[in-house]
Amino acid sequence: MTGHDVVFVLVGLLTAGGAVLTVTSKNLMHAALFFAVTLGGIAGVFLPLAADFLALVQIVVYVGAVAVLFMFGLMLTRAPIGREALDGQNRGLAMAVAGGLFVVLSTLVIGAFGDLPTAEVTGPRIDDLGIAIFADWVLPFEVLSMLLLAALIGAIVLARRETGESGEELTVTRIEMAQDRDPDALEREQAALTSGSGGDGEEHA
Amino acid sequence: MSPIGPLLLATFLFCAGVYGVIARRNAVLVLISVELMLNAVNINLVTFQNLLYPGDPAVTGQMFALFIIGVAAAEVGVGLAIVFNMFRNRASVDVDDADLMRW
Repeated sequence: MTGHDVVFVLVGLLTAGGAVLTVTSKNLMHAALFFAVTLGGIAGVFLPLAADFLALVQIVVYVGAVAVLFMFGLMLTRAPIGREALDGQNRGLAMAVAGGLFVVLSTLVIGAFGDLPTAEVTGPRIDDLGIAIFADWVLPFEVLSMLLLAALIGAIVLARRETGESGEELTVTRIEMAQDRDPDALEREQAALTSGSGGDGEEHA
Repeated sequence: MSPIGPLLLATFLFCAGVYGVIARRNAVLVLISVELMLNAVNINLVTFQNLLYPGDPAVTGQMFALFIIGVAAAEVGVGLAIVFNMFRNRASVDVDDADLMRW
């Protein structure tokens, strides 16, 4: 076993454990954090595979942006916490499908690639990558930039609060999540809000 | 380094993603599971590129992985926007609740 193998096994175990905890965690935020751990682990897997640039892109895009976006998504859509509320009735079905798929796929993978000799890992140099992007892959690259622009505009249009033809804001119903909230809480909240804004005004003055 | 280790890890991550997509009810967690599956495919592509076809001048495997990362980022943005819309309309992100395909 070479050093590459040792590093790969350690990081791979971390990644697999993070993935299992991501899909089974009872707590929403814990699931998102375990997802970030899994993504970081995948970036770590790229390193012994000699894909340094991809590892850095993985950290910047996934750990830096996508994981944070998911945490925003989870916090903005306040969902009940608890395994029964998070998982559906079909946990057994999911286990059967995923387990069966894993058995079939791993059998196929071992049958197809199990007898390959161990090869020295050689990755392309980063300047080769750059030349490949802007020589062989320049058309897909530009199409991808258009796709990102379209997704940006589409996400803004979808997530924006609806306005009518005149541009007036529609009235939005306030969603009250806690049914057993005590009735005085709203008044106390409002009082706190007004006193807070008063304090702000004095500061600005 | 044998290619069988990374390939089995990718298989495992993909199956964990499949489990999450079927078992989870929260739409954001379903999206997270889909991302897990996309990342598993990325590991496969990099393994094939660097262990089986290391001399390819076009670096096809890693390029595909890079493009998948970009497309997945766009997908997360649009997917979360749709989930927010669903939450605004129904006050719930439960995928079992969103079974009404009419006005």
